[in-house]
Amino acid sequence: MFDQIDLSMVDWARAQFALTAIYHWLFVPLTLGLSFIVAIMETIYVRTGNPEWKKITKFWMLLFGINFAIGVATGIILEFQFGTNWSNYSWFVGDIFGAPLAIEGIMAFFLESTFIAVMFFGWNKVSKGFHLAASWLTAIGANLSALWILVANAWMQNPVGMKFNPDTARNEMINFWEVLFSPMAVNKFLHTISNGYVIASIFVIGISAWFLLHHRHVLTAKRSILVAGIFGIITSLFLAYTGDGSAYTVAQKQPMKLAAMEGLYKGTSGAGLVAVGILTPSKKPGDGKDPFLMKVEIPNMLSILGYRDSKAFVPGVTDLLNGGYKPWFEKIPEEERESTYSVAQKMEKGKLAISALRNYKTASKAGDTILANISRRQLEENFPYFGYGYLTKPESAVPNIPLTFYSFHLMVMLGFYFILLFALVLFFLNRGNLEKQRWLLWLSLWTIPLGYLASQAGWVVAEVGRQPWVIQDLLPTIAAISMIGAGSVKTTFWIFAALFTALLIAEVMIMVRQIKIGPKDGGQK
Amino acid sequence: MKLLQGIWQFYYEGFRSMTVGRKLWVIILIKLFIIFFILKLFFFPNFLNSKFQSDLEKGNYVREQLIIRN
Ligand code: HEM
Repeated sequence: MFDQIDLSMVDWARAQFALTAIYHWLFVPLTLGLSFIVAIMETIYVRTGNPEWKKITKFWMLLFGINFAIGVATGIILEFQFGTNWSNYSWFVGDIFGAPLAIEGIMAFFLESTFIAVMFFGWNKVSKGFHLAASWLTAIGANLSALWILVANAWMQNPVGMKFNPDTARNEMINFWEVLFSPMAVNKFLHTISNGYVIASIFVIGISAWFLLHHRHVLTAKRSILVAGIFGIITSLFLAYTGDGSAYTVAQKQPMKLAAMEGLYKGTSGAGLVAVGILTPSKKPGDGKDPFLMKVEIPNMLSILGYRDSKAFVPGVTDLLNGGYKPWFEKIPEEERESTYSVAQKMEKGKLAISALRNYKTASKAGDTILANISRRQLEENFPYFGYGYLTKPESAVPNIPLTFYSFHLMVMLGFYFILLFALVLFFLNRGNLEKQRWLLWLSLWTIPLGYLASQAGWVVAEVGRQPWVIQDLLPTIAAISMIGAGSVKTTFWIFAALFTALLIAEVMIMVRQIKIGPKDGGQK
Repeated sequence: MKLLQGIWQFYYEGFRSMTVGRKLWVIILIKLFIIFFILKLFFFPNFLNSKFQSDLEKGNYVREQLIIRN
């Protein structure tokens, strides 16, 4: 039966999802961050009554509006794909995507149609205070509307608070708070929204730098840089902090992803963190080759980051494949800890779980409650390994290591570079000679694409690093896909590529035009 | 009634005096048309809904798929 699935369908459906998610994610972070920067600028305007701040607010609000308009509804396409290409998965996840996502959608719609309308149409029509409140509510609402989808994503990486019902083949939520407040969900939400704040800060500084380079709108540019610089440095430090929290939860819940992020094949106690490195391209698990052509390592750092203990054992890819090691728990002595299973053992348990599901179905149909109960218990016992039952070989449990490794290192390096950039910009702004630092202004401008690059790299780490799982340990891509041919997916892949490219070109063209026009006293709508 | 009229007036004037916004609305409408009328209608039927009527049938189908794919 297995070979009846069109394997190229899995690849095409994944490629299509990746393409749409990448493009969708080009629009979202700026909305998340710029809405707050605009609200802060308007607050300064309301507090000082200085019309220059109103002009500044209106200019950035216009760019926010352009980005919002072009990006809005691009995410819905991802939901279409769930229903068509990933129908087993959509059914299997049950409630998690259902009601909360719909409530969020309705909330976002009302919020957008009222508060954004007040933001753009309400100048001089509603009171200053009301207008300001609308700007803040737009920012808060935009950020909250990212909440549930990120919680759902976190659940896929760490499925907690749900129980599988073998009668309906769905997961049912048993503890909403556990789903909402799992450390994975909290870190993912905070890391993702703060990434939006950093991108927006870079965007404002980069465009303001362009004004300074051309000696235009100097006051507007400097004031914008002041706001974005302070916002940027605070949020980029927070981004690094939440990134550290993410790495910690990944170490606990997705050790294979952590091993891939660090190119760690053979685990060790007191593991070092690779600061920079070049992987050996032909390296395979267990082949004895050195994983690195070169590397610079910070001793013990990976153990500290992953387990908050410099002596902690961090398992590598080979340890995770072969099992038999004792996972690190500071509070439990080593002799009392249980050894881990190998992937092959997990595959056996997974197959046991699947056959228990089959027996449960047959016994329930035949009205054999005893056998049904035994099968149900067997399913529950082995359910944590359910997805392993679909793997054909243990190595399938290993994600693409080079892609995960390089993406992770790119993201982290850029993260530290952004902190440095914000600090430099604020330093020279404070000294009053920022305009003379033309190198820094050019650098700021060219950092705009780097912000997006870091963000996309982050998603590559999160999503490529967890392959082959759609839901960690429970459902691999091969079991999640719909039984359909790849034909229409190929067609829509190219339609999406064309549609999104057109949208991106439209966004860049309209934005560049408005930036060239620059801030105007009356502002535009 | 007065409130409703006020809200209508607010939106009406807002839309009328738009400049860049007009272009953006055209883009939004074209985009929504492509997404909902072309993509959703012709390329993205809900797989389970198009094959089955009830939740029971859908559940049975997915369970069968989960069993036979290993
Ligand atoms: C400065 C140090 C940073 C660290 C230690 C860090 C760490 C991480 C980790 C471990 C993940 C994977 C989380 C998971 O798989 O669940 C991640 C994901 C991500 N990162 Fe970073 N990151 C850093 C900087 C950045 C920067 C500068 C950006 C963008 C401007 C960024 C954007 C993202 C995004 C969008 C994701 C995917 C969403 C998520 O899983 O949270 N990160 N980061």
